[in-house]
Amino acid sequence: MRKISAVDIARNVAEMCCEANYILNKDITSSLEKSLEAEESQVGREVLKQLLMNAEIAKNEEIPICQDTGFALVFLELGQEAVVVGGDLEEAVNKGVKEGYLHGHLRKSIVEDPLKRVNTDSNTPAVIHYEIVPGDRLKITVAPKGGGSENMSALKMLKPAEGEEGIINFVVETVNNAGSNPCPPLIIGVGIGGNFERSAFLAKKALLRPLAKPHHNLFYGDLEKKILEQVNNLGIGPQGFGGGVTALAVHVEVYSTHIACLPVAVNINCHASRHVERIL
Amino acid sequence: MSERIITLPLKDEEISSLKSGEKLRLSGILYTARDAAHKRLVDTIKRGEELPVHLKGQVIYYVGPTPAPPGKVIGSAGPTTSSRMDVYTVHLLKAGLKGMIGKGSRSLEVREALKEFKAVYLAAVGGAGALLSQKIVSAKVVAYEDLGPEAIRKLEVQDFPVVVINDIYGSDLYEEGKNRYKKNIKNP
Ligand code: SF4
Repeated sequence: MRKISAVDIARNVAEMCCEANYILNKDITSSLEKSLEAEESQVGREVLKQLLMNAEIAKNEEIPICQDTGFALVFLELGQEAVVVGGDLEEAVNKGVKEGYLHGHLRKSIVEDPLKRVNTDSNTPAVIHYEIVPGDRLKITVAPKGGGSENMSALKMLKPAEGEEGIINFVVETVNNAGSNPCPPLIIGVGIGGNFERSAFLAKKALLRPLAKPHHNLFYGDLEKKILEQVNNLGIGPQGFGGGVTALAVHVEVYSTHIACLPVAVNINCHASRHVERIL
Repeated sequence: MSERIITLPLKDEEISSLKSGEKLRLSGILYTARDAAHKRLVDTIKRGEELPVHLKGQVIYYVGPTPAPPGKVIGSAGPTTSSRMDVYTVHLLKAGLKGMIGKGSRSLEVREALKEFKAVYLAAVGGAGALLSQKIVSAKVVAYEDLGPEAIRKLEVQDFPVVVINDIYGSDLYEEGKNRYKKNIKNP
């Protein structure tokens, strides 16, 4: 069994929280640059320019891309031949989040109880997803996600007969309802199949895929294109000021489902789609 | 598109001349407030007590900034979703508030109240918090310090970029912009 130290995990998570919040991934800046050429609305282009300038400033000054530095979402893929030593895995992740948010001057946005609403002042607890995979490594993905775009997400249990058209309509309707709230241009994660919670998980995971990388299955790659086109026909545009670039990308992930079910989850993300990966 | 330079506080004639879709650069004082601060402000008004800040003629910016790193006056400071403040807004307009900066559309009730109380709703670019922080020259917590990022701050801004969403004549940039650019939608 390969040993992975809890202290190392905490240190890495702390660094990753900062890195994710300061540096907009290259695939997103490239996509914004491309959209700048495509956008016909002048005020829309102005928004895209501001977002590109913003990313430059954030990186150079080491301040967050967006003030909503998010709920710390952490995906752990732990190899079945690895063992965590020197502490509790969950505690290590939360310790890392706390340190990262404190020392990186990130905003603490978590309240301890959903109704009493007192801030924990540490941005913990994180939301952690565990997966046991072959191998002896630990893959950590830190993906802080803002509340504004999360609030615009939706899930629906469609009837199997509604099929592809039902899925497209539901995504377009969700984006239309969201309007300007989630800071378009958007990145849209769509989870199809599984059951209630699996579809939501797939939609979230879909957001981690690099932009401009279509689904490996041609059929679903086409579906992504079709949805993107219809979403961009809505006219919402950058920041909702009107324009052709409402979304930068649509990513679909699928899973087998029950004969009676067709769950569809739509996880809306803004351009500040933050995620950093490390393998220990 | 040209930008209009505005010095805060907003003057009544200026407010009447603002049109939805116009780009502005604001310089002067803004007060920050999000959900929790709004709740307290409105509770104070309802109890008939004096507010901790004088809102008459002022502009509120819906923002919960990140902590200021060493050597900076403030951290990242972009707008938050305005609709969460809709339920409180009419009370503040009655108290004399003249402008709000946020992102996302407002309720019909708020839009009607903007016409009635002659106030405007402006948007800053959501997700441009690092850029916007550079337009803030000073920041000081002036009320509800216990709310942390949600405390009320007095900000002095210089050339702060915003777009007029709702003017006092009932126009809405979000609706107009969308109508202008939408294409053969099957399911509107
Ligand atoms: S939706 Fe995204 S860009 Fe907009 S405020 Fe939230 S985290 Fe920031």
